[in-house]
Amino acid sequence: MALFVPCFVDLIRPEVGVATVRVLRSLGVEVVYPEGQTCCGQPAFNSGFFDEARGVARRFLDVFEREDFDYVVCPSGSCSTMVSRYYPLLFEETPEERGRAEALGGRVREFSDFLANVIGMEDPGASYSGRAVFHAGCHQRRELGVLEEPRRILRGVSGLELLDWEDEELCCGFGGTFSVKMPEVSAAMADQKIRALEKSGADTLISCDPSCLLHLEGRLRRTGHDTRVLHLAQVLDPGRGEV
Amino acid sequence: MAAKAGRPGEGLESRVEGFNERARVAVKDERLRSAVAVHSKNTIRNRNAALSALPDAPELRERAYRIKQETMANLDRHLERMASAVEKRGGKVFFANDGEEAVRYIGELARRRGAKLITKSKSMATEEIELNRRLQEEYPELGLEIVETDLGEWIAQLAGEPPSHIVAPILHMSRHRAAEVLSEEAGHPLPPNVEDLVYFARERLRQKFLSADIGITGANFGVAETGTVVTATNEGNEGLVASVPSVHVAVMGIEKVVPRLEDLAVFLRLLARSATGQKMTVYTDFVSGPKGEDEPDGPEEFHLVLLDNGRSSLLGGEFEEALYCIRCGACLNVCPVYRQTGGHAYGSTYSGPIGAVITPLLKGDEEAKDLPHASSLCGACWEACPVGIPLHELLLRLRRRQAETGISGRAQRLAFDAFEFGMRRPGLYGIGAKAARGVQGPLLRDGVARSLPGPLKGWAESREIPHLAEKSFRELWREGRIWWRGGKNS
Repeated sequence: MALFVPCFVDLIRPEVGVATVRVLRSLGVEVVYPEGQTCCGQPAFNSGFFDEARGVARRFLDVFEREDFDYVVCPSGSCSTMVSRYYPLLFEETPEERGRAEALGGRVREFSDFLANVIGMEDPGASYSGRAVFHAGCHQRRELGVLEEPRRILRGVSGLELLDWEDEELCCGFGGTFSVKMPEVSAAMADQKIRALEKSGADTLISCDPSCLLHLEGRLRRTGHDTRVLHLAQVLDPGRGEV
Repeated sequence: MAAKAGRPGEGLESRVEGFNERARVAVKDERLRSAVAVHSKNTIRNRNAALSALPDAPELRERAYRIKQETMANLDRHLERMASAVEKRGGKVFFANDGEEAVRYIGELARRRGAKLITKSKSMATEEIELNRRLQEEYPELGLEIVETDLGEWIAQLAGEPPSHIVAPILHMSRHRAAEVLSEEAGHPLPPNVEDLVYFARERLRQKFLSADIGITGANFGVAETGTVVTATNEGNEGLVASVPSVHVAVMGIEKVVPRLEDLAVFLRLLARSATGQKMTVYTDFVSGPKGEDEPDGPEEFHLVLLDNGRSSLLGGEFEEALYCIRCGACLNVCPVYRQTGGHAYGSTYSGPIGAVITPLLKGDEEAKDLPHASSLCGACWEACPVGIPLHELLLRLRRRQAETGISGRAQRLAFDAFEFGMRRPGLYGIGAKAARGVQGPLLRDGVARSLPGPLKGWAESREIPHLAEKSFRELWREGRIWWRGGKNS
């Protein structure tokens, strides 16, 4: 399989990419990282700049379209959705490219989806000490419908207590450039999640979306919380974060 | 793609632009936010319960979408059928291209009938064209008194405020504020408890119902096959508005037509459940024309005003699905942005996700340019919509239209051009990343960035800013450093 590490994971949270590779390798999966990759184009797409997004998306197709990549695995529900659900919309006026996008989109799998539904991982073989809540990114929840998989995996982690929390279906308020264009509303949305997190008694926040995590972590730290903030791959990481 | 801007509709004199500024104020209004939160929570809970008790809800939703699709494909035919059915029963039908034509038609009717008092119920469409204000301004010689009779709408009218929610017009108002408004109307103080306020309203509105010359209602649906205007209400006032005065005018958006009675059964099952969690609203009224010769009740004249106001320009285009809306308000209740800001921040008759979609379509992009961005595109609205309108996708398409018509502005254009240029070239992306790492140094304090320049300023004020890692994943991969004790090296 080929690994797609989104640009912000590459630059800001490389440890999420590293943990993803370790988990996959520990399960015996051969991981290829095509070095020509950059970004899926989502920031431009979400802002309405479809032409610019298409330019970036074409590059993505060129890099990942190779026959020998049976799957493209990505540790972000949002970026996986961009390729598998939104590329066809992005290329709706060019049938040839749309066809290419649909073919590749069918092979793109979000990390927990790949673990649960492709490899059929039974026991994550990991341990973690803490009380955690899981935040499903909106794309992961509604477009991919991958919601039970990460929860099931987390319930198999020894020592980890997975808690329910209020309004858990609500968006965290990141929304890409939304948080830049409307920072006050975005922060108010994050605060609602944080209040729910406090109420749950959790000490850890886990997600399959590093962008939601970056956003919530930024707000948690600014409001004086020391909640641990982790990507699912980091919880499962057999290397325990060493780089 | 079709980049043509929709023909701007009329009305909505309040400025729609400025969502950001209004939202910024609204998110600090704790009372407003908690009122919206309580309403949303209760309504969502009731709605979920009502829909899950309906085993065929998913199929109904799909059927509703298909009926709408089929209706829009032949909208003119359905409207003609509806019109001829109404006329056959002795009603009059007027097709209003815009708000001005609707106002003129109703104004002239009021003049002809020598009307003094108009009672109203249940109409977003007349809010959209600001019928009350315009009738009074454009026909001052008639001295018209126009009274909203839905309790919430009436209180909003007395307070001089527009409704802030499609289904709960004074969601933004506390009980105390409502009591204040009604006390002023009463001329003596009323206690802020619901029973007393409702009692007062009933007494006062009863006089209005009985002495009104014209009753104006909206329409939830219009059945083409039978020429029936259908309204769903909980207060029963709609029946009094439609039957007591000698003239009844129904103002209906042209998209509200459904072809057959059996289609109505689909929508009525979805509407109340989605709006309030009820199985049915307390009253569902069917009006097909003036009273017949052998009927004791009903108006002498019945007028159906079919309002276009920009709607037909959406037919057959990429925004047509916006016309499928049945105004249940479910998308408002689940929208995390609406839940933080309330309805007035949208500056439009229609708020929440559906408002962010239809306001620019009816008013034009320039006037409503913030609204398509007032969403994190989380898709909760699409999930909640009983007709399956892909609201988040329509918001994306509106953003694209802004980018393509230049409304998004030069700064964004340059930024995304640069983004594309860099992201298409992995070498440049690497160099850019290293350069950015160098630049971020001076912005960091104790390893944390405290402020950012330009458009990121507001963002950085409300959260800790993540900074670039010392080594990117790409570099770690190249250096073969992704190993762990007992594990495989790369």
